[in-house]
Amino acid sequence: MSSSDVAARQRPIAAAPKADTGYPRWFWPSFATPGMLYLLILFVLPFYVILSVAFGKLDPIFQTPVLVWNPLNWDTGILSFTVSNITHTDGIYHAAFIRTFVYVALSMLLCLLIGYPFAYFLSRHAGRTKGLFLALFFAPFWFSYMLRMLAWIGLLQDQGYINRALQDVGLIGAPYPFLSGKSWVLVLGLVYGYVPYMVLPLYAGLDRIPNAHLEAARDLGASPARTFFRVTLPQTWQAILAGLIIAGLPMFGDYFTQQLLANTVGTKMIGNFIIDSLDVPIFVNRGASLILVLMALLVVPIVYYLWSTGRAARERAA
Amino acid sequence: MSADQASVRGPSRRRVRDLLTNPWAKPRFLWVLGIAYVVWTLVPVMTAALFSFNSTRSISIWSGFSLRWYITDPNESVLHDPDLRHAVLQSLKLATGAVIVSVPIGLGFALALDKWRSRASGTANFLMMFSFITPELILAVSLFLLFLNPFKFIGLGTPSQLLGLGLLAIPYAVIIVRSRLLSLGVDLEEAAMDLGASPLQATRRVTLPLLSPAIFASAGIIFAFTLDDFVMVQQLARTGSDQTVAMAIYGAARTAPSPAVNAIGTLMLIASTLVISLAYLVYRRSIRRHGAGFRARRDALPV
Repeated sequence: MSSSDVAARQRPIAAAPKADTGYPRWFWPSFATPGMLYLLILFVLPFYVILSVAFGKLDPIFQTPVLVWNPLNWDTGILSFTVSNITHTDGIYHAAFIRTFVYVALSMLLCLLIGYPFAYFLSRHAGRTKGLFLALFFAPFWFSYMLRMLAWIGLLQDQGYINRALQDVGLIGAPYPFLSGKSWVLVLGLVYGYVPYMVLPLYAGLDRIPNAHLEAARDLGASPARTFFRVTLPQTWQAILAGLIIAGLPMFGDYFTQQLLANTVGTKMIGNFIIDSLDVPIFVNRGASLILVLMALLVVPIVYYLWSTGRAARERAA
Repeated sequence: MSADQASVRGPSRRRVRDLLTNPWAKPRFLWVLGIAYVVWTLVPVMTAALFSFNSTRSISIWSGFSLRWYITDPNESVLHDPDLRHAVLQSLKLATGAVIVSVPIGLGFALALDKWRSRASGTANFLMMFSFITPELILAVSLFLLFLNPFKFIGLGTPSQLLGLGLLAIPYAVIIVRSRLLSLGVDLEEAAMDLGASPLQATRRVTLPLLSPAIFASAGIIFAFTLDDFVMVQQLARTGSDQTVAMAIYGAARTAPSPAVNAIGTLMLIASTLVISLAYLVYRRSIRRHGAGFRARRDALPV
């Protein structure tokens, strides 16, 4: 590798292409028009629809939701009903909210504990087999999530391989009912489903650390552990944040993993309540207000993540 | 480090210490973990694929090889069950449509974001990334309400499924094309314009050909992931004819799993693997033609 290659790699995006040389003013913005229209009509407008359903009314005769477009006429009754049912310990959504946060937090933690060492292995120690390991790592991204869950249903059934193996070893006498609403099975299912999304940013972050930094630490007498904690880990905080966000946020909207692996009332998550409410016209407003609450909770991490990745990209470019 | 300790025979404390502190020792622990991870993520899916060849109705007890669930069963095989056959077609239709909708829009958006630096382009980028990171359930339910109420004239069904998948797919195209644009720089385009090309000519004759690997890559990736999308497609489906493969697997897994469902899932798995491999090969070939300096940057990943 030539020295100019090295320089290019370490100082990417040197001068961000300075715009407009010779282009008419309207030229580039016009390229963005279809995309902007798409986002405005199918992302921003639907958000407003959620608001006008959540703050809307019920048709007195048909008991179906009626949208209220004018914010001045919004009725906060349904939202306050929903919020009080979340905050009060005997509310109908209280347990589901607590449960969702516990499940997601546990799953995110497990994803990180599994994903970080694997990403570290992938970026530093896979050696000549790195290409193979990368290909194997990426495979689940284009496997159907449903097929991956179906695979576990087959394995965890009463006559499945796992129960038979445990019985053969003599650990259990009768088949263990894995699929009868066990919280830990659901958490492991979430981990299995989302762990690749954790590894991806971690791998990108770890692979970006220049080897020279690690060699310098070793040359100056740091032990491997010290090198890891003082050099490697601090340079991957941004990647850890990205991993937690990219793997964690979809879990808050997950309802199908619960339905497939632990289909009981006692393991229902927020996503299940949202989906269930859409089936019953009188509950649609409640579903919309649940989405508002969920979004209000998630908007802080989302914006922080977008802001901090923007900053990190600018720092790399500088 | 427990693997290291376990592998030491006749443990002398010094050897253990050497193993733990020697920075050049092979990190066996990490190798074990790396292999265990790959086995854990892939072997269950392999067993699911295996059971699609089962000769009985079970997806957990193996009774022998057969093509019953693919071809031979007169009613329930993928070939003969009209619902499953239709689900395959619907998945392919939606994935193709999503590529056609999202790749051109994403390409234009990426070009604009790359060249047009202003507050408005920053807002556009923020909006796009916001939609990218919002949980799919929230996007799907908001579109569900949109197509049920103000956009009743479109309604639920295949067109709205397609529009929903487009919303999910556009950011992928934008991110992939932008990372390539970042690595290309502006030199060639400026050279073209110095030699008398108009902006449109420079874009069409210089930039677009150089972007072709990124366009192929994003088309492949978008095809593979919209093929397996579940949440969006399920929320925006109206009748049974809108059912896709992911929905068929989900429905069967909740009620009566049968190896035919494993078979249809395996077929989709093969289809997306083929598409991804093809996209990767095309990408590699066109990257090679332009030399190592044009390698796309992982720095452009939203990390």
